[in-house]
Amino acid sequence: MSSSNWAREALAVLAKDIRSEYRTRYAFSAVLLFAVTALAVVSFSVSPYSLDADVQAAFLWIVLFFSAMTGLSRSFVREEESRTAMSLRLTTAPEAVYMGKLLFNIALQAAVAAVVVPLFLVLMDIAPTHPGLLAWATILGTLALASSSTIIAAIVSRANAKGAIFAVLAFPVTLPGLSSAIRATTAALRGEAGSGLGLVAGVAGPAGAAGDLRSLAAYTVLMIASSLLLFDFVWDD
Amino acid sequence: MCARMSRLFAALKWLLGVWMTVVIVAAFFYAPAAQNLGQMSRIIYFHIPAAWVSVLAFAVCTAYSVRYLGNRRTQDDAAASFSAELGLLFCVIATVSGSIFAKATWGSYWNWDPRETSIFVLLLIYGAYFALRSSVDDPARRGSLAAVYGVLAFITVPLLVFVAPRIPAVQSLHPDGPILATGGGLDMDRRMMTVFISSLIGFTGLYGWVFSLRLRTWRFITALANRQEG
Repeated sequence: MSSSNWAREALAVLAKDIRSEYRTRYAFSAVLLFAVTALAVVSFSVSPYSLDADVQAAFLWIVLFFSAMTGLSRSFVREEESRTAMSLRLTTAPEAVYMGKLLFNIALQAAVAAVVVPLFLVLMDIAPTHPGLLAWATILGTLALASSSTIIAAIVSRANAKGAIFAVLAFPVTLPGLSSAIRATTAALRGEAGSGLGLVAGVAGPAGAAGDLRSLAAYTVLMIASSLLLFDFVWDD
Repeated sequence: MCARMSRLFAALKWLLGVWMTVVIVAAFFYAPAAQNLGQMSRIIYFHIPAAWVSVLAFAVCTAYSVRYLGNRRTQDDAAASFSAELGLLFCVIATVSGSIFAKATWGSYWNWDPRETSIFVLLLIYGAYFALRSSVDDPARRGSLAAVYGVLAFITVPLLVFVAPRIPAVQSLHPDGPILATGGGLDMDRRMMTVFISSLIGFTGLYGWVFSLRLRTWRFITALANRQEG
């Protein structure tokens, strides 16, 4: 199969998922409502206290992590539940299915993050010291969350207890990415002496945060590459 | 050839028993106590080998998982799960012994030291592996899903076990000076070193022995089941 064909198939899977998501808006509204609820609980319970940057960063990523856990497993479970997995298996190459689902999960998680992060800043009354760094940490953290949960979602959709074990399976695998994202976010929220950031020119931030962003990117690439190699064994058994 | 091999293994089994006995006695009576930690330093003859075996068992599990994905032989899947079982056991031993040591030296059983975090995640991975196995009915599918998860988790373990505790921003209280000192320099007392290395060999042998026992039992039971069916 030629590579352009492969990319076209992946985009077709993405377009199909977006269209069916647009018709029901099930996953997006469920995830968004969950995220806003979790955010409200956090904000409501800690609003009398002024928290440290590391606690705020941890809260933000706990909300984003569990939102991902509620929404991203749907991508494959839906195919199994509506019995469309078999026809997808017959018509599309496994790698194209994986890439399509990955892109859809990235889009979904990015949409959630685009709502949650500004809302978080408003509700917790935070003025981030390094907004650029916060944006990069959010973007790369979203990619890391989506890349690790897509392959886990594929595994879980083939198991019996679909909802219960998703977070259990995803947490240990996601943790390296999650901890880097939390550290980078902490650096972005805390007022530390700014210096040039090696990775992305034009974004000021503490020097240590560059390493965190780099390890986040490396983790994402590692996850996507190994998922592409392993996906075939999960999908076609 | 096969008979000679099995006789050799039978002899090795007895040797392992004697070896472990000598190691345990030597750990308490032959090796001197460390200068700062005193008698508590004797934990290294049991805690570190257990932690080493739990990581080794996970590596073996992954190797069998990769082989299973290649050839789909039931035996490789069974071997991967047996190795994970033993790894879980040794991981619990390492966690509990380390926790007791933490209480004795730092004053609390658990304080999310980077080392404690990484071994806790290893425990979680083992737990998730068995949760996944128990939630799939079809044996072939169970094998391939567990194998994929095992490989995926194994890719992230180095990030946790070796990278996370080395982050300079996180101050670890874990005393790894004498063993994992920078540059791999081992400035241990010679007698301590001898007992420590012997214990590592003994624990690895113990793992190998129980693993082969488990595998031979499985082969026997499978052969018996096949004969009854046929």
